[in-house]
Amino acid sequence: MTTSETDTQHPAPETGDAEAQAVSANDGGASSRPGDTSAADRGGRRGGAKALAKWGAGGAAVALLGLLPLLNLSLPGVLPGPTYTPGSLHLMAMCMLMAAAALSYHMLLGVAGLLSFGHALYFGAGVYGLAIILDNLDIPLLPAMGLTLLVVIVLAHVVGAVSLRVAGIPFAMVTLAFAEAGSVLVGRNPGGASGGEEGLALATDSLPDFLVGVVNTRNLYWLALVVLVLVFAIVTWVQYSRAGHVAAAVRENELRVRVIGLQPYLIKLLVFVVGGVLASLVGMVYLLLQSGAVPRSVSADFTITLLVMVVLGGVGSRWGAIVGGVFYTLLDQRLTSLANSDAIEGLPDFLRIPLSEPLFILGTLFILVVLFLPGGLTGAAGRLGRGRRARAGQTEKARAVLEDAA
Amino acid sequence: MSTVILLLVTGLGLGALYFLVASGLSLIYGLMGVLNFAHGSFLTVGAFAGWEVARRTGADSWFSFLVSILIGAAVGALFAAFTELVLIRRLYERHIEQVLITVGLSLATVALFEGIWGTDPVFIDGPAWFSQTTNLLGAQIPNDRFISIIAAALVLLGMVLFLKRTRYGMIIRAGVENRSMVTALGIDVRKAFTLVFTIGGAAAGLGGVLASHYFGYVSPLLGGSLLIFAFIVTVIGGLGSLTGAAVASVAVALLQQFANFYLFGTGDFVVVIALALVLLFRPSGLLGRKS
Repeated sequence: MTTSETDTQHPAPETGDAEAQAVSANDGGASSRPGDTSAADRGGRRGGAKALAKWGAGGAAVALLGLLPLLNLSLPGVLPGPTYTPGSLHLMAMCMLMAAAALSYHMLLGVAGLLSFGHALYFGAGVYGLAIILDNLDIPLLPAMGLTLLVVIVLAHVVGAVSLRVAGIPFAMVTLAFAEAGSVLVGRNPGGASGGEEGLALATDSLPDFLVGVVNTRNLYWLALVVLVLVFAIVTWVQYSRAGHVAAAVRENELRVRVIGLQPYLIKLLVFVVGGVLASLVGMVYLLLQSGAVPRSVSADFTITLLVMVVLGGVGSRWGAIVGGVFYTLLDQRLTSLANSDAIEGLPDFLRIPLSEPLFILGTLFILVVLFLPGGLTGAAGRLGRGRRARAGQTEKARAVLEDAA
Repeated sequence: MSTVILLLVTGLGLGALYFLVASGLSLIYGLMGVLNFAHGSFLTVGAFAGWEVARRTGADSWFSFLVSILIGAAVGALFAAFTELVLIRRLYERHIEQVLITVGLSLATVALFEGIWGTDPVFIDGPAWFSQTTNLLGAQIPNDRFISIIAAALVLLGMVLFLKRTRYGMIIRAGVENRSMVTALGIDVRKAFTLVFTIGGAAAGLGGVLASHYFGYVSPLLGGSLLIFAFIVTVIGGLGSLTGAAVASVAVALLQQFANFYLFGTGDFVVVIALALVLLFRPSGLLGRKS
């Protein structure tokens, strides 16, 4: 299985991975699967056992996460209560959804090197699309989700086809403009469909009972876990498929890919659409979890939040996106409750005002990470954990990805 | 007819604001390749500084308006210069990371402004003349529109003179054209970077004060909302082109005003559609260089 073999090189320095990409780019991806290349073969046998261990560890982690709602664990300072309480489950589900959304953004930035500032459009299309369909059409949840997906696929194709005509920074600006149009549309509340600034409450009539109400938060938690695993699997699959390798090659040197006779435009469009569809999927579950749609989920701020998550965790790494999503969500939640605490209230103004604004602290933290920790949290952890060898891994990769995206 | 005149002048006034933001953005991008997300914050900080000054010196006199404009521009310039020297310069030639820094800065500063001045819009007063109207060919035009238009025209004139007639202006133009060549000639382009940021910040700060009079309020989100249209303007006009920014500002603002009035408030969409069309047929913008 190609995926697992290439994947073994993930924790180790990423050079093998890049090599495989270069090889697949060189032979045009026409003759061989990347798994057949010598780069992947070299690590093959050793990697086999390691891959097994890794998938085992991943499976165990998912199983543990799946069991959490049935256990009584407390993490004071992180979770508001024991793990089986709805408050904690809601927060953890939110963490997983944000991690999944960050993963979908990683598809664009980390794989194809597309710095999009309009990713919230697809997330928001999932949130609002499903909310509006459930409100207005009398159909059950699954067909409604399918219909929303269809809308998002068309939307992503249209927007992607236009905005991919430019690259780099202009691409960022154009995606931002389209997302802003979406955001304005939602704010305008056409025909009362989107609820304007107020947002839209989830119509619970056509939902299955086990997804409605605070008592059933744990079902939503499991649903969020399923979505995270699903998104992770799809991102991994696409990243290590031939299309993913071509996308990475396009990121590194588009001209070369063109010379080989491949079409960078179509590959980028594919990655763009897949990223958008995954984001909308996460958005739909987000709607169910929050039982309502708010304009923030379509706003440019949300895209920036995703970008911050991915960069905080470490650009170019799937685990980085997950770590970033979870870390950001927890920190945001903690800082908000800190802002309202008595300890902050008693401080003099010049300390109180900055500390009571979670976004100020997160923004500053983000700047510091970009300046001093280019590999993000996973890069920093790798540095601490494995010394110099690993330093060449995530940190360098993040630098390279950002460099290529320009 | 009077409606058309009103829309025309109002559109020009809005275009003037877009230009004050977009000119800096476009120059910075043209010279340094940095998309400055913090540009909205330069504008907001200028607007708040102007408001604070006007409030303390008696908001309804012309003197306090002029002082507030000067202070707003100065604060915007200082903030911009600080950003370039402390944050952007460290990441020389790393464009995406520079963009990320400005994104973080805009997040942090907007939150800080909300902490200091609150999230609600602050309504402001100017000299009494601002709230009156002038009869122009039968249309009653609010006077503050004229101020924006005059200020933007002066800024455009000043920038063009600076770029064409001074040594630093020449370095900046040459740098936009071919930066490595300028560096190879032994000229320190970094000074030009700081200069461009400072000029852009001053224009944005000035724009902030004028925007607060145009809209009648100041809020921490004022800069962000104008910034998006300034982005669209710079892309349509052609990145790095000052003339392009001027032409596109007026075109976008007029399009927006007329579509808002005649096409049932769809101005924002029409602008985005115009952007899409420009990208489809001239990806480098109206006056941009072919890349």
